[in-house]
Amino acid sequence: MTVYRPADAAEAAEVIAAAAAERQPLELLAGGTKRGLGRPMRTSHSLDASRLSGVIDYDPPELQLTAHAATPMAQIESLLADNRQMLAFEPPDWRGLMGSHGTSTLGGVIACNLAGPRRVRAGAARDHILGFFGVNGRGESWKAGGKVVKNVTGYDLSKLQCGAYGTLSLLTQITVKVMPRPETVCSLLFRGLSDEAAIALSSQALNTPQEVSAAAHLPAAAARRSQVTAVADRSDTVTVFRLEGPTPSVISRLASLRAQLGGGEPLQADDSRLLWDEIGAVRPLLAAHNRCLWRLCPTPAAAPLVQQQVRAKLPSSEGFYDWGGGLLWLSIDAREAGADGGAQVVRNALRQAAGHATLILASDAVRTNVPVFQTLPAPLAALNQRVKYGFDPHGILNPGRMREDQ
Amino acid sequence: MLKMPLPDTAVLACRAEIVHALRQIVPGEGVIDDASELCAYESDGLTAYRTPPMVAVLPETTEQVVQVMRYCHSAGIKVVPRGAGTSLSGGALPLEDGVLLGMGKFKQVLEIDYVNRCAVVQPGVTNLAISHAVQERGFYYAPDPSSQIACTIGGNVGENSGGVHCLKYGLTTNNVIGLEMVTIDGEVLRLGGKHFDASGYDLLGVMVGSEGMLGVVTEVTVRILPKPPGARAVLIGFSTIEGAGDCVADIIATGIIPGGMEMMDKPATAAAEAFVHAGYPLDAEAVLIVELDGCEAEVDHLILAVEKIAGRHGASSTRVSQSDDERLLLWAGRKAAFPAVGRISPDYYCMDGTIPRKRIGEVLSRMRQMQDQYGLRVANVFHAGDGNLHPLILYDANQPGELDRAEAFGADILRLCVQVGGVLTGEHGVGVEKRDLMGTMFTEIDLNQQQRLKCAFDPQGLLNPGKMFPTLHRCAELGRVHVHAGQVRFPDLPRF
Repeated sequence: MTVYRPADAAEAAEVIAAAAAERQPLELLAGGTKRGLGRPMRTSHSLDASRLSGVIDYDPPELQLTAHAATPMAQIESLLADNRQMLAFEPPDWRGLMGSHGTSTLGGVIACNLAGPRRVRAGAARDHILGFFGVNGRGESWKAGGKVVKNVTGYDLSKLQCGAYGTLSLLTQITVKVMPRPETVCSLLFRGLSDEAAIALSSQALNTPQEVSAAAHLPAAAARRSQVTAVADRSDTVTVFRLEGPTPSVISRLASLRAQLGGGEPLQADDSRLLWDEIGAVRPLLAAHNRCLWRLCPTPAAAPLVQQQVRAKLPSSEGFYDWGGGLLWLSIDAREAGADGGAQVVRNALRQAAGHATLILASDAVRTNVPVFQTLPAPLAALNQRVKYGFDPHGILNPGRMREDQ
Repeated sequence: MLKMPLPDTAVLACRAEIVHALRQIVPGEGVIDDASELCAYESDGLTAYRTPPMVAVLPETTEQVVQVMRYCHSAGIKVVPRGAGTSLSGGALPLEDGVLLGMGKFKQVLEIDYVNRCAVVQPGVTNLAISHAVQERGFYYAPDPSSQIACTIGGNVGENSGGVHCLKYGLTTNNVIGLEMVTIDGEVLRLGGKHFDASGYDLLGVMVGSEGMLGVVTEVTVRILPKPPGARAVLIGFSTIEGAGDCVADIIATGIIPGGMEMMDKPATAAAEAFVHAGYPLDAEAVLIVELDGCEAEVDHLILAVEKIAGRHGASSTRVSQSDDERLLLWAGRKAAFPAVGRISPDYYCMDGTIPRKRIGEVLSRMRQMQDQYGLRVANVFHAGDGNLHPLILYDANQPGELDRAEAFGADILRLCVQVGGVLTGEHGVGVEKRDLMGTMFTEIDLNQQQRLKCAFDPQGLLNPGKMFPTLHRCAELGRVHVHAGQVRFPDLPRF
């Protein structure tokens, strides 16, 4: 087992070219905080990109930031905060969730296509990458996209890297779109709604012109775990919507939203921030010990039915909803879930609702035996395979991370 | 003028047979082989290039598209998909030996799902028709290219179309959540859907903006949004381009993302004013239109902020719309800028580069120098919010050599955009027009990697060939693996 730590992109290309020549599969990582995401790999060498770090170019009025791929997220976020800007897709901190401790990096966030509660309005990492430099599985340095927010020159290969988990290229330098940070944030909270009523209300809220920037529903068990007293104190379900923007606008929209939805309790800025951080981080709101954890993206309105169907077969399952129902987290007791981690039950429940389910936490054995990512129809799987071949013909970049053959 | 791939004489020799076979798939008037009728399809919005297709096919069902693709694939016949034909980069330019696949009969809005905030439509539905279909419930579809009355959503997917509102609301790619497509070998694939993201690689992300080279789109699921409750526009005149540019940067640095922010230079303003009489300040070197949308409290708050910022940057005049009619009037000139320029010049050539906003003053002054060099005038409209520049080069096609000069001038402008850190095209696409300039932005390795994606979808290169790439490689050639491990640049690096 050798760990290669290239000092720059040229050295990284050198390592990958040598690995390609010798058909030596490489695990690509930097902070390693999301190493447990995806299928366990059997690589004997790894490429640790941690030294490719540092912000290269940041010009706030241009709304773009370019950084080496392993630049710590904390560094980027604090730099943006100093300039009253942010990454609008609200990349969540999954270290608690993954039980990892290292440094979360920009490259990892992009490779895993993360998105937080604002996904419902602002999109995911894929919607905010403008361009990148990387190294493909042939050891060639290449780039796509650019540094400006509007660009249709060539295929959009930047999006393709998002959610590819490092199986197509090592990212070495990334340009992302940044946006102004809202001046004020507040949330509107409703108690005691059933899952069905909560998701219906979420749809209603998102369909008002009040620019709701996040919509979540916490069943009682999840709400009880929140650090926010107003959320945890009543042992009841909590449905919550977020409003952000200039102060006079938020005050006015909050009043309109309350009128349109028939009430609700406002949650002030600090509590609001803490709650949405918890929702993005997932772990604080779910039972953690010896559980399998699933991340489901169903058609939003169908989410409560999916949850119900899983619960009927696996009574230990509990979870919560984000993205107005478009994201459903389910935590299942590992013993009850059995050898497949509950895959069959979860994916059967999802069948009618369409969408996809990813097994985020389970033992290595379970994640090796069941498809971690939703299985694709055969023609689409074959196309994915051909795409992989076009970037990494020898299959040396994170092989098997997404599927047995990818 | 650009060269297209030489037609395959063997295919041309079989034309009658091909037409007959296509008629077995698409009956009646859905197959067009009459020379005079084919003229209607000989070009798109890039009218300098014209080639009638070998045959045009207008299918009505996905199954017919599947059959046409299977037939063309097995017979080795090229296919050029086409929506409304409004592309400004020649994306739908036919091939002499190719089938033109017109998707205009796919005109149905299939489903409006307000609960899940989306609409499912066929690709031939126009951009504006989607907004019309959902307006009774106060919704709209956000991307609004200026051709929105005519251009289709299928074409928007192909070109990743933008519009004046895309800084705040995103391009087509950020507003399309699902596709049904047919591959060149006749497989029907579904990418995305009503849910967020999808399993596997983001093929939806690469399909949008792929210029009809990866597959034929047969169904589109788009995000629909509730309309903002209100909007007001501010018209600001500046005595210098730099003042206008600094004002734009300051508005954004202050944390304001306007619904739209457009700039016109003096020649464009003059043409627009003569056309619509909106009351634009004719003495200004640059005119800025800033639209703020949202609830009344927000719009009022931001209008004040923008007025203050404009004052700081030496605005020579400021006018805030007091009614929706006035707001639309302020926009009318900008929206009609292209036809307005068409009135002051026999022909114009519309360019589409993007630059870092802070370079706008420098780019416009370099362009002024180039005007003298080429002996042609330029009017500029600029999506100032996102740095997307549309220089309109005025020329007269009847004057020998003027078209060639306009093209050379345009190419120089795009090279300049790349030089200052921008890109060749912000929203019109590469197509035929910018194909041979791709090398100014990308290395051969970059372009080969792009073509390897194409190979994954279309290994024989039958879908819309001759577009986007300056040099066409065979997929077998690109698949060859050259190992460079012998050239060791970092001898100290540990070896495997």
